[in-house]
Amino acid sequence: MNAPVKPKLRIATTSLAGCFGCHMSFLDIDERLLTLLDLIEFDRSPLTDIKHCGSCDIGIIEGGICNAENVHVLREFRKNCKTLIAIGACAVTGGLPAQRNHLDLGSCLTEVYLTEPGLAHGHIPNDPELPLPLDKVHPLHEVVKIDYFIPGCPPSGDAIWKFLTDLIAGKTPELGHGLIKYD
Amino acid sequence: MTDIFQLDGANIPFEPGQTVMQAALTAGHYIPHLCYHPEFKPHGSCKVCTVKVNGRTAASCTMPAEAGLNVESNIEEMNGLRRTLVQMLFAEGNHFCPSCEKSGNCMLQALGYDLEVHTAGFRHLYPDRPLDASHKDILLDFNRCILCELCVRASAEVDGKDVFALSGRGITKHLIVNAESGLLKDTNIALTDKAMQVCPVGVILPKRVGFSIPIGKRRYDQRPVSAQALDDAPRQADASGSCDVCEGTP
Ligand code: SF4
Ligand code: SF4
Ligand code: FES
Repeated sequence: MNAPVKPKLRIATTSLAGCFGCHMSFLDIDERLLTLLDLIEFDRSPLTDIKHCGSCDIGIIEGGICNAENVHVLREFRKNCKTLIAIGACAVTGGLPAQRNHLDLGSCLTEVYLTEPGLAHGHIPNDPELPLPLDKVHPLHEVVKIDYFIPGCPPSGDAIWKFLTDLIAGKTPELGHGLIKYD
Repeated sequence: MTDIFQLDGANIPFEPGQTVMQAALTAGHYIPHLCYHPEFKPHGSCKVCTVKVNGRTAASCTMPAEAGLNVESNIEEMNGLRRTLVQMLFAEGNHFCPSCEKSGNCMLQALGYDLEVHTAGFRHLYPDRPLDASHKDILLDFNRCILCELCVRASAEVDGKDVFALSGRGITKHLIVNAESGLLKDTNIALTDKAMQVCPVGVILPKRVGFSIPIGKRRYDQRPVSAQALDDAPRQADASGSCDVCEGTP
C-alpha cells in the first residue's frame, strides 16, 4: 500500500509597508521554487491573487505597518496562520518607511502635497478608499506576536531558502555568516 | 607554576596585570565585546563581554585575570544575555543598516550576525537625533551612537583635544561636542585624529567616502567578528599612533 501523502503546507504571503523587494527576493530561489511547491501550496499571496487569507500553516509578511489597512491585514494573517514570519528590514524594524518617525505626519503631508514646488496647488489625498496613515510606522512585532524574523533589505534568496527549509524540516531556523544580513 | 585560568575548558596563560579579556585575546580566544578596544583603558559599559567567573557574572574586559579562575563565555546563558544587550542597543537608537556607511564594517552589526539576532524584539524608541553636518570633512550621525566612549577616550588620551564627551544620565545620556556652539565645525578635530578611527559603529564618518567598499568585500562580509579575534589582540599602537584594526581607515 502506498504511504499516505503528506498534506502540503499552506502558505500565505503579503506586502504591507514594503516595496515588494522581499517577494522579488523570494522568487530568487529560482528553480528551488519547484522543489518548494512539492511541499507547500499558496493561499493569499501576490502570486495567487487570492484576496483573503484562509487557514494556513505559515504566513510570511513583508513590510511594516504604516496605515490602518496594514493593521487589518496583519491581524487577518495572525488569526489564520499558525506560524507568522516577518521578512525583511521593514517588517522587522520599520525600515525605510519608519525613517519618517521622527517627523510630524501633518508636516510631511503638507510638504509633499502642498508646499513642495512641483506639487504646489495640489491637495492632500482624501479619497475615502485610501487607508488612513498612522502617526508612526511600526515593525510587525509591535502590533501582533511574530514567531520568526528574517532580517535583510531584502534577505537573499539563499537566506529565505535556508530559513524556510529549516522551518519545514522542523528545525529552529538559523542563517549563519553570509546569510544573516541587516542591509 | 605558570599563571593560568580556564576559559570554556581551555588553559589561558596570562601576565600579571592583564584582564581576562586581554589574556583571552592574546591567546587567540574571542570573547564578544563592543566598548573594549585593545589600545584603551577598559570602560566596562556595554557589558557584552560578560562572562561567568567561578559561577558569578563579571565584565571580562575589566575583570583582572587570576590563577585558577573558571571562566565560562561561550555558553547559551551568556550568549542569551549578549543577544538581549545587542537587541536593546538596536531598539534604543536608529539603526537603519541599509543606508548606513558603516554597514559591513560595523561591530554592532557583526555582533548581531554572530549571535543570530534576527530582531530587536523590543519596541523601537525611534529617538529624534539630528545630524551634525557642520564640519566640511566630517559627519556626525548620532542616531547610531552606542555610548561606548571610545571617541571620547581617543580624543582626550591620544589626540589631546577633548572634542567629545558624554552628557546626561540613563536613557537621556548622549554624545556631545565640546564647543560653545555644540557644533563639530567649531572644534579642532582633524581627519587624521585617532578619534576618527575608533567608533565601532557609524557615528563619526569622513565625508565623501561612504560606500566605497563594495558589498561582499567589507570587513565582516569576509569573516565573522568572532573569527577576527587574533587581529584584535592587545598590542601597542605604532609610532604614528595609528591602529590598522580600527575599521576602514588604516
Ligand atoms: S551603525 Fe552598524 S548597526 Fe547601526 S545602522 Fe550602521 S551598520 Fe547598522
Ligand atoms: S560616537 Fe562612536 S565611539 Fe563615540 S561614544 Fe558613540 S559609538 Fe562610541
Ligand atoms: S566590552 Fe566589556 S563592558 Fe563593553
